Amino acid sequence: MTTTRELVLNTEPFLLNIGPVHPSTHGVYRMRATLDGEVVIDIEPVFGYLHRGIEKLMEERSYTGCIPLTDRLDYVSSMTNNLGYCMAVEKLAGIKVPEHAEYIRVIAAELQRIANHCLAIGAMLNDAGALGTPFFYLWREREKIYDLLEMLCGQRLMHNYMRIGGVSQDMPEEFLPALKKLIIQWQRFIEEFDFFLKQNEILIARAKGVGVLSRELAINCGISGPVARASGIKRDLRKDDSYLIYDRFKFDIPTGENGDCYDRYRVRIEEMRQSLRILEQARKQVPEVPAKAELPHLVHPPAGEAYAHIEAPKGELGFYIVSDDSIAPYRCHVRPTSLINLTALREMVRGWKVADLIIIFGSIDITMGEVDR
Amino acid sequence: MTAALSAEEIISQLNDKFPGAVEEAGADSVLVKSDSLLAAAEYLKTAKGLKFDYLNYITAVDYYQYFEVVYMLTSLENNHSITLKVRCYTRDNPTVPSIRGLWQGADFQEREVYDLMGITFEGHPNLKRIFLWDGFPGHPLRKDWNQ
Amino acid sequence: MEINSDKESIYSSAELDCDEGLIIEEVKASSRKSIPDPDAWLDEDLKRNIILTSVDWVINWARRSSLWTAVCYPACCGMEWMASLSPRFDLSRFGMEIMRASPRQADLMITAGTLTWKMAPNVRRIYNQMPEPKWVIAMGACGISGGIFRSSYNVVPGYNKIIPVDVYVPGCPPRPEALIYGIQMLQKKINKEKVLPDLSELPNTLQKGKKE
Repeated sequence: MTTTRELVLNTEPFLLNIGPVHPSTHGVYRMRATLDGEVVIDIEPVFGYLHRGIEKLMEERSYTGCIPLTDRLDYVSSMTNNLGYCMAVEKLAGIKVPEHAEYIRVIAAELQRIANHCLAIGAMLNDAGALGTPFFYLWREREKIYDLLEMLCGQRLMHNYMRIGGVSQDMPEEFLPALKKLIIQWQRFIEEFDFFLKQNEILIARAKGVGVLSRELAINCGISGPVARASGIKRDLRKDDSYLIYDRFKFDIPTGENGDCYDRYRVRIEEMRQSLRILEQARKQVPEVPAKAELPHLVHPPAGEAYAHIEAPKGELGFYIVSDDSIAPYRCHVRPTSLINLTALREMVRGWKVADLIIIFGSIDITMGEVDR
Repeated sequence: MTAALSAEEIISQLNDKFPGAVEEAGADSVLVKSDSLLAAAEYLKTAKGLKFDYLNYITAVDYYQYFEVVYMLTSLENNHSITLKVRCYTRDNPTVPSIRGLWQGADFQEREVYDLMGITFEGHPNLKRIFLWDGFPGHPLRKDWNQ
Repeated sequence: MEINSDKESIYSSAELDCDEGLIIEEVKASSRKSIPDPDAWLDEDLKRNIILTSVDWVINWARRSSLWTAVCYPACCGMEWMASLSPRFDLSRFGMEIMRASPRQADLMITAGTLTWKMAPNVRRIYNQMPEPKWVIAMGACGISGGIFRSSYNVVPGYNKIIPVDVYVPGCPPRPEALIYGIQMLQKKINKEKVLPDLSELPNTLQKGKKE
């Protein structure tokens, strides 16, 4: 068959530009794909369409003033960016965070993880062709999490809630009962959602075996987060490099075996379940003490450098801060989780068709705010 | 717990293998000379007991007199990490060897450092601007860059 | 899957990068001043005491009740834009649930995100590809003036440097309720448009068409 085809047809590869404005590119991401018919031979990613120069802007603002800028990095889960940055500055300055604030931080981070995975799974299913239904189904639940986060800080997105030394304000009285109600609702919702999609033959046909990322390549590329865990790397910074008070909670780290799109989807669903476990334990253990360390308004860490990383929903988010004993950071570098996770995309899509390229890209779950900064 | 491996152990091993490579050592960071970077990095990746197979990040800082390129490596099986630093003292066309051959994760990050700081990585297969466009004047993250 | 690896790409990416860089520099150089908002006609019509006919009214009603948006959500405001499409703040009740990837089938562009100079030629291209009548809502602080990133080297200080904007919705990000209020303001603006030409003005209108 192949020989006959080559004799009759004279084909040559052509360049197809996918993006930067495309409904499935999770932001302004552009790929120059070289295609042979429908099969992808090579892709060349082009970044920078959302490069806002956040790292340069951070050098001009005070340490506390940089927190709103960090919100806009991974804008899907903004609390975790705040958390990573504040932890880096606290490490640099040697500030101890009160226990009550640590519990609130853990609760906020886990709520954000669930919200992020909602969007990630919804967007991936959107890319697979289930236009709208699972996406809006998950978004309905994400709105409930927005309500809780709004109760904490007054904003639905771009929370600007974490401060250096704690959080900006204590949680109101109605927060913990609302959290309890949400956990019960969510446990029922995940079971229902998983039941609908676990054995869905279209999802299995489109996602199983597609876009396999091998363990060796994942380690070599520095991949982290659910993508790495789906490829078999059992690394989660909440256990391996424990920060905040995660060592007080019991939870599992879900991993996959094959590293295909279906495994990434399953890892995210399981992570949502584990986050609910952590939330339930945290809710019961919250102590009654002040939420913020007593700090001067302008934080002035001594000269030096520090790197702090957290297990953000997308992977390892780190902040490398260099200080020169002034009120603004000398240099602040963000370890871009999504950019590093994209390093392996070329190898993952070679040989697949254009439609598979879209779902593989969707399953990595990137946010351009973090890629481009 | 990922313990930051103490720099002394690394320095002693590196000094045995590559005498004169290590310039300075901080609490958990090692400063190496740029011409021995590739050899030291390869040794750190493959040596028994070290096995730094995971590259966390690459970044660069402009300290006016020199540029400092910072690498962080982690060993997944031994669960420890180390920070490696290299300095370039020239401001026109500073050059550092590329470690893309050892860790593929260095691909985009080295391009980013080239784009924003102007540091060239020798041996990188595709060193071109990544965030800004071809023809953008200068390298914005440098301290002496003006709009 | 097996692929034929001896087929190489016939395009050189260095040339493509160079061409694109030149286009971006050209757009940057030509976008120093803001494009004036297209509302000058509102005052003129009030002065001339134009009374809308029932045909105008029907056409305006049809246009404002089914605004189809072109996809343009570079950044964080995109999240609130998606939230307003979601079941809680249903935009579908305004006839706007269609989000067209092709600008040829869209008549509204909601710019939900920060505009960078690298992205600017693409946004202008999409705007040019939209057929008349078309409207633009600049959403969020970044859309109005560059927002929190205004002093950055790669950020355009407001969408009105690149495309004419009809309605500005402030916020960072604006709540879905704010966006819906902005859309309703746009609908009021569309309601005032005179669609059918005045026949006595026809020679002037034809002359104008020749000059453009």
